[in-house]
Amino acid sequence: MPERHDADVLFKALADPSRRKLLDLLYTHDGRNLNELCEHLDMTRQGVTQHLSVLEAANLVVTLWRGREKLHFLNPVPLQEIYERWIAKFEKPRLKALSELKRRLEKTNA
Amino acid sequence: MPRSTFVYVSYIRTSPERLWSALTDAEFMKQYWFGVHGESQWTAGASWKNVSPQGQILDAGEILEADPPRRLVIRWQNQFKPELKAEGASVCTLEIEQSGAAVKLSITHTIERDSSKFIEAVSGGWPKVISNLKSLLETGSAVMQDPYPA
Repeated sequence: MPERHDADVLFKALADPSRRKLLDLLYTHDGRNLNELCEHLDMTRQGVTQHLSVLEAANLVVTLWRGREKLHFLNPVPLQEIYERWIAKFEKPRLKALSELKRRLEKTNA
Repeated sequence: MPRSTFVYVSYIRTSPERLWSALTDAEFMKQYWFGVHGESQWTAGASWKNVSPQGQILDAGEILEADPPRRLVIRWQNQFKPELKAEGASVCTLEIEQSGAAVKLSITHTIERDSSKFIEAVSGGWPKVISNLKSLLETGSAVMQDPYPA
């Protein structure tokens, strides 16, 4: 259950090429069942199930039942949180400096 | 039947009651929804609309189910982009459940058609709104003030 250690669980879930591939597969076509996902990965069904459970624990994948079929959906909310915590914060001052530079250069040209 | 569905889940350290009021109180909504707020009586059968800071109606529809503080289902149709409005109504289901010390918020947004432009459009917005909502409830301030950083 995602709690205080969200970030650790999240980054560990992302630190594997097969799991990133699963996220890419769900990004291009959301709501797939296990069979459909297995078709695209060169590993056992059990392996895919394990990767999916790691992604689910990190809240990156959410499952819904439709009748007897379990469908997997990409949940982008934790990625947005990574963006805000680890990207936006660091790029903002630089983007500000860049737009200030642009503004000043264009002013000089005018 | 062809359909497009997007699912968003967030675990928020708050109470179901507080989360419900965050989702239905206009002034609270404006703080995390980039100035946008919902207008409705929030009871089944009531009309519903999303209004921009300039007063433009962005989306409109009806409350299909309301079970505070657990479940809210909205019939939701875009109003301001003709190509999105033409796709018809979508259904947005918001579910709130206690999960340990946190509350699990699940938002499922579905439209009965393949490759929906509308769902594509809302899919860019929901993660920012939810992430802002979580931050506001947990820390008292929204992380992003502007949905499109320059």
